[in-house]
Amino acid sequence: MDFDELAKVGSMMGSGGMIVMDEDDCMVDVARYFLTFLTEESCGKCIPCREGIRQMLTILNRICEGEGKEGDIVMLEELSEVVQDASLCALGTTAPNPVLSTIRYFKDEYEAHIRESRCPAGVCKALVSYYINPEQCQACQICLRECPVGAIMGGKNIVHVIDQDKCTKCGTCLDVCPIRFAAVEKLSGRPVPAAPPQGTKVRRVKKAQQ
Amino acid sequence: MKKLQKVTLTINDREVTAKEGMTILEAARDAGIYIPTLCYHEKLAPYGACRICTVELSRNGRSRLVTSCVYTVENGLIVKTESPKVIKVRKLLLELMLASSPAKAIQDLARQYGIEKRRFEADKTNCILCGLCVRYCSEIKQANAIGFVGRGTERRVVFHPEIASTVCASCRECFSLCPTGKLPSETDGVCFDDLTLDDFLKTQQSPA
Ligand code: SF4
Ligand code: FES
Repeated sequence: MDFDELAKVGSMMGSGGMIVMDEDDCMVDVARYFLTFLTEESCGKCIPCREGIRQMLTILNRICEGEGKEGDIVMLEELSEVVQDASLCALGTTAPNPVLSTIRYFKDEYEAHIRESRCPAGVCKALVSYYINPEQCQACQICLRECPVGAIMGGKNIVHVIDQDKCTKCGTCLDVCPIRFAAVEKLSGRPVPAAPPQGTKVRRVKKAQQ
Repeated sequence: MKKLQKVTLTINDREVTAKEGMTILEAARDAGIYIPTLCYHEKLAPYGACRICTVELSRNGRSRLVTSCVYTVENGLIVKTESPKVIKVRKLLLELMLASSPAKAIQDLARQYGIEKRRFEADKTNCILCGLCVRYCSEIKQANAIGFVGRGTERRVVFHPEIASTVCASCRECFSLCPTGKLPSETDGVCFDDLTLDDFLKTQQSPA
């Protein structure tokens, strides 16, 4: 790997750092992260850099919040082009790179956010929900105890249910649900199924498998 | 003293003669060719912040955009002041400026470039940070009563409370330079935004 190889795939060495990401990283969120950094890093002298980055960040925030609109991708590209062409220094002329390269290689992720209210990586909190599958829940009460905001209802032998209004989407329940139950699901782009009636008893179906 | 050389360049398909060291903007104006400007002032050093004076240069078949108020003339330059690329940039810059400063001067320019609807919103500060006030106060008056604070989207203009209280009342020359009218309308020449002396001094020390 060298400067030329990176340039070929539309990247650059920058300050010599490299970040490795996988399918658990949301590309829109990554672009948003870099632009947030740049709004603070820009000196603010010239209009394209200062105001262009500001508006690009507004759009990225909107998409991550699930408020993305048809036309936002084109608008990001339009802003990028002018910020690249008209900025005073290299901070501005390269500022749109994270936006342009994520759109170029991961346009489907942008579209999923805008059109299906879905964050494929499950990162954008506004677009994910946690759900306890009543068929799988064994009422072990671990998530119920660990949820930092007390959003989980249930009890001994009673299927646990997440109060979607209280849930802050921290993901603790998913982390602590024992793998052998795997009852907690992270949903994005589809509605949370209706909760079972209050007091539903657990189904001990998994016993035999242990 | 070395006599200044004559430079010949082409602006909008017209051959123009300029003096060495002139900017493209000055050469164009001398030839009666219009290029819009917002942060330019003939008495002040070139600044290049608003980018509205962007023009397209071509040389040896390659083209690029430069700010005409900063770029000095060279023999054989081919300049287009209203190429499609230039217009695209200017339009978007005006839309970006309108988002925070819906001032008349900017609206007039926006209308001139056919901008009809507003696509962006931002904090309405009424200031485009052209720096005319700051640079005039420093370069011409050498008073430094007004300066920039903050960086990135936080950048803004403030008066230095101590200096301003002694010199501004009898001067106020920056008022007429302000393209957005912020200075005359929002201040009596004492202080913006209740910023303290500390805030001001902090930014004077940070690199430009
Ligand atoms: S206050 Fe007026 S003159 Fe000063 S930087 Fe802002 S727009 Fe320019
Ligand atoms: S007039 Fe040239 S950059 Fe503002």
